[in-house]
Amino acid sequence: MDRNLKRSIILDNYQNANKKYISDGEEFTKINTRNVSCIDNLDIYIDLEDNIIKDISFEGEACVISISSTNILINLLIGKSKEDALYLIDNYLKMINEEEYDKEVLKELLVFDDTSKQPSRIKCATLTANGIKKFLENN
Amino acid sequence: MNRDDFEILKKNIIYFDNGATTLKPNVVRDSILKYYDEYTANAHRGDYKTSAIVDNLYEEAREKVCKFINAKEKSEIVFTSGTTNSMNMIIFGYFKNYLKEGDEVLITLSEHASNIVPWFMLEKEIGIKVNYIDLDDKHEVSIDNVKKAITDKTKVISIAMTTNVVGDTRPIKEISKIAHDNNILMVVDAAQAVAHNKVDVQDMDIDFMAFSGHKMYGPTGTGVLYGKFDLLDKVTPFNYGGGMNAMFTKNGYVELREIPTRLEGGTPNIEGVLGLSEAISYIEDIGIDKINKYEKELRKYLISELDKLDFIDVYNKEVDTNIVAFNIKGVFAQDTAVYLDKYNICVRAGNHCAKILDNELNISNTVRISLSFYNNKEEIDLLINVLKNSENIWKEIL
Repeated sequence: MDRNLKRSIILDNYQNANKKYISDGEEFTKINTRNVSCIDNLDIYIDLEDNIIKDISFEGEACVISISSTNILINLLIGKSKEDALYLIDNYLKMINEEEYDKEVLKELLVFDDTSKQPSRIKCATLTANGIKKFLENN
Repeated sequence: MNRDDFEILKKNIIYFDNGATTLKPNVVRDSILKYYDEYTANAHRGDYKTSAIVDNLYEEAREKVCKFINAKEKSEIVFTSGTTNSMNMIIFGYFKNYLKEGDEVLITLSEHASNIVPWFMLEKEIGIKVNYIDLDDKHEVSIDNVKKAITDKTKVISIAMTTNVVGDTRPIKEISKIAHDNNILMVVDAAQAVAHNKVDVQDMDIDFMAFSGHKMYGPTGTGVLYGKFDLLDKVTPFNYGGGMNAMFTKNGYVELREIPTRLEGGTPNIEGVLGLSEAISYIEDIGIDKINKYEKELRKYLISELDKLDFIDVYNKEVDTNIVAFNIKGVFAQDTAVYLDKYNICVRAGNHCAKILDNELNISNTVRISLSFYNNKEEIDLLINVLKNSENIWKEIL
């Protein structure tokens, strides 16, 4: 993907993150990503019903990579079954870790395909993915 | 100044993260190598020549630390692995026995985690109460606020000499006086202070003090716990075993050695302590007052240059130390740090282990520049230039 296009997708999801708000309905479970990072601090709100991710949103303070990857990931996960969501997340993590992965499911997340070139950003790009993965595996 | 003393400065980096750890001068590295190459041996153990050399150097290091902070005697100096270790040693080795349920400990919101979390743990364990001395408008500790925070249950004031985010230096001598007038013990975290200010534990009348070697041009894994003899003598050791016992018998009788050896169970970080010793000599050769003056002037220059940039928020303009906390308006601190790293400028982004300070500052994360004597105006000019071009930040980091 062209560098400029990548940048504009990342920036758009950072500056105009459509899923960046608090969801405080009873159906939502809140998970926090602070435990794995000193600086990024995102709350993720997930509504998982009958094995389907009905909705997710997030709120908090974090870097451009964290927020943008969170927003893109969340938009892709909404409406997916738990299994499909886990498949997508696993492939995303494989991409970040430079392993073989299924490109088809990642869509806009492909803008992060060269994150591994900036090792300090790997944690930022995977914060939310790991948090949601853990939640899905335990619920 | 003294840039040639640091091999690492030849590598084209601008190192502004001295609050996290300082660079190490070549003489410190050489002293560690010398231990490996010329006289590797355990301390306090052997009867051979190299062992005696190590013994002497290790105790010489203690003597140097003693003089450096003007302790009364060298038995008041315990080598530890760092400030965190020192703080835990006294909080769990002394205050756990000395304090009772309901006793109050005063800290502030701008303390480092190592002067907060152990106290919280002790609060849970034995029911002491951790209270806060209010910070003033500039996030600093005023004498009035210290007086206001003291109650008849206050037993300890435990604060940093210089804080690691705001960078303010507290009037320790005055606070100690108030503390002692009220039968309160004075604990000081000097991690951010010892490499930049003259610290005199007798003049400041400090009861316990902790600091790290690696923030004062020494090796990581070294630190110091200072305690007035009578207090230190009551600290229960963490590590029982070799080096700290005087004798023991098969039926369980154990006699422990005197302080400070009693508190240094196990083989110490010998090469680290020898490196720290060299670091102290190095600082003294330059002169702590000269360092202090230079760093303050450099900070003033940095502030005056940052002030010219209307897209920068500086949070601690008025403090008189080596630390500057700022943000580029509208840019998350970590993104600024990544951007500066593109130009080999090393700064720290985050809450700097002072996670409860955001209640006070209303911002959670800042970019922190902590200066050292080897930084100079040319480096600051470069930084300012890079910041001036930060409208391109997204292009640069994405």
